[in-house]
Amino acid sequence: MATTVAEAVPADGAGSRPRRSRPARPAGARVRGAVEIVLLLVLAVVMVFPVVWMIETSIKEGRDVYAVPAQFWGFDVTLEHYRDVFVQRGGTGASDLAVAFRNSILVAGASTLLATALGVPAAWAYSRFDVKGKKDQLFFILSTRFMPPIVVVIPIFLMYRELGLINTQLGLILIYAAFNVPFTIWMMKGFVDEVPAEYEDAAMLDGYTRLQAFWKFTLPLLVPGIAATAVFALIFSWNEFVFAIFLTSSGDVRTAPPAIAGLIGGTTVDWGLIAASAVVFAAPVLLFAYLVRRHLVAGVTLGAVRR
Amino acid sequence: MATTTDAPVRAAAASPSPAPGRPPRLTDRRLAVAFISPAMLLLLTMSVFPLLWALYLSFTEYSVTRDVPPAWVGFANYADVVTSSEVHGRALTTLLYVVCAVGLQTVLGFTIAYLISRRKRGQGLLTLLFLVPMMLSPVVVGLFWRFMLDTQFGVVNSLLDSAGLGRVEWLTQQRTALLSLIVVDTWQWTPFIMLIALAGLTAVPKYLYEAASIDRASEWFRFRSITLPLVWPLLLIAVMFRAIEAFRQFDLVFILTNGGPGVSTETLSFHVYKVAFLGFDTGTASAYGILMVVVVIILAQFYLRYLDRIKER
Repeated sequence: MATTVAEAVPADGAGSRPRRSRPARPAGARVRGAVEIVLLLVLAVVMVFPVVWMIETSIKEGRDVYAVPAQFWGFDVTLEHYRDVFVQRGGTGASDLAVAFRNSILVAGASTLLATALGVPAAWAYSRFDVKGKKDQLFFILSTRFMPPIVVVIPIFLMYRELGLINTQLGLILIYAAFNVPFTIWMMKGFVDEVPAEYEDAAMLDGYTRLQAFWKFTLPLLVPGIAATAVFALIFSWNEFVFAIFLTSSGDVRTAPPAIAGLIGGTTVDWGLIAASAVVFAAPVLLFAYLVRRHLVAGVTLGAVRR
Repeated sequence: MATTTDAPVRAAAASPSPAPGRPPRLTDRRLAVAFISPAMLLLLTMSVFPLLWALYLSFTEYSVTRDVPPAWVGFANYADVVTSSEVHGRALTTLLYVVCAVGLQTVLGFTIAYLISRRKRGQGLLTLLFLVPMMLSPVVVGLFWRFMLDTQFGVVNSLLDSAGLGRVEWLTQQRTALLSLIVVDTWQWTPFIMLIALAGLTAVPKYLYEAASIDRASEWFRFRSITLPLVWPLLLIAVMFRAIEAFRQFDLVFILTNGGPGVSTETLSFHVYKVAFLGFDTGTASAYGILMVVVVIILAQFYLRYLDRIKER
C-alpha cells in the first residue's frame, strides 16, 4: 500500500508531465479555467493566512501586536520575542521555554529511536515469515490505536504512579514509543514488501545467514522508508499534548506543548511571545514534513489510525 | 552503509546461529519471535494492560485521590453514564461538532483536491502549501486561533470591522464558540481529506477520460460517472478516519475554549477528562471511556460493512 498511494501524490516537478496537444478550447472552458484558478488561490490564501499572521505577530513590536485595527504591514520589526523564547527575561540563563524545547528534543528523539528499533525488525519478520495468526496479530497491533487518548491516559496515569514513572521523561518516551510502534510496523511492512525476498535467498545461497542477509542486503534498501517512517513518529511525539500535560508536572521535565499552552494562564497574555514560540516549535515539523512529502499519503492514512 | 560484522553477531546472540547443515527453517522461526516479541511486549504493557486495568476499574467505585481500594459495584458506573442527562447533552454537542466539522472538511477538501488535480503546473507546491495546517501541533493551532478570534484585537474581528460587519464574540458566546471549534478543526484537517482525495483523483486511469471525450461526454457527466464513483470509496475511508478523530478530539477543545462558555463546547472527551481529573471519579470515568471505545468500534464496524457493499457494486 505504501508505494501505490505514495506515488499518487505529485512530488515537486511532477506537474511538468508531457503536455498533450489539445484542440483550441472554447471561450467557455477558458473562463472556467480562470474561475478555478481564482477559487484555488482564494482557498490557498485562507489556509495559509493564519500561519503568515502568526509569523508576522512574532516579529512585531508589542504595541503593534495589540493594534486595532490589525496591522498587516508597515510595522516595526523586532526579534525580541524570539530572544524571550530562549533567554530568561531580564537574566542570562535559559528560559523555561528553552528547557521545554530541550526536553521535547530528548523525548521525541528517544521515543522515535525506540519505536524504530522495535518496529522495523518486527515489520521485516511479519513481511517475510509465516507467523502464526499473522493477520490477527497485525490487526491487534493496529487496534491498539483506536482508543481515545483521554481514555488511555487514566490507566496509564495509575500505572505510572505505581511504577514511579509519573513526571519522568522515561515515562513519556515509553508511551510515545508504544503509540508509534503500530504505525512503524504497518508502514514499514509496506516498504519491506517492496523489496524482493529473492535478494535474501540469493545472499543465503552465498553462505550468509538469514540475519546477515537482512542486515547487509535488505536493511540498506529500507533506509529511505525508515527515514520517512521515523519522521512521522518524530512529528507525532513532537506535537503530542494530552499525555504530556497529564503525565508530567514540573518545568524541568515538561515538553514544549504544555509549556507553550501554559503561557496563556494569568491575566495578561503575551501574544508576541506565544507567536514566537509557536513558530520556533512548528519550524522543525514543517521542515520534516517537507522532507517526507513523497510519503505523506501513506503516512497520514495510517497516522489517522495511529492516534 | 557501513556494514560492520560485530553488530549482526551481537544481535544473533538472541537467536544462536545454526550449526552447519541444520535446516534453516527453525532459525527463521526463532528470528521471527526474537524480532516481533519486543514490540509486542511494549504494546502489551503500554496499551493492553492499562486498558484491562481501566476495564476492571470501570466496575468499581474508586478515586485516585482517596486512599481507599476499589470497591466492586458491577454495572452501576455504566448505568450512571448511560442515564446521565449531562452525558446526553455532551453526546449531542459531540454529534453536532463531528457532523458539521467532518462534513465541511469533506466538501472543502474534495473541492481543493479536484481543483489541484486539474492544474498542470505547481501541483506539488500547492499540495505542500495546503498541507501546512495538518502538520502543526493542536496546541499551536489552538493558540493561533485563540489569538485570531480574540474579541478586541483579533485579526478576524478586525477584518469584519473594516468590512462593516461588526464584531463577533467568537469564543465567549455559546453559539459561536462551537462554530469556532468547527471552523478551527476544519482549518486544520481539511488538508487530510484533500490529500486522500488527491491520491484517489490522480489514480483514476487517464484512458477513461479519453474514452469519454471521444463519446463527447460533458464535463459534468465525466465528473459524475467516472471521477466520483472511483474516488468515493477512498473518500469514505478518509471520512471515517476523520470522524473517529473528531469524536475523541480533546486537545483543541482544551486549548481553544476549555469546554466553555458554560458547557457549550464540552465534547464527550472533554467531559471524561472533567470526570476523571477534576471530579476524581476514576471508576465512572473508566466506564465512560470504555463506553466511548465500544461505540467507536461498533459504529466503525457498521460503516466498514457499508463500505464493503459499495465496493462490491
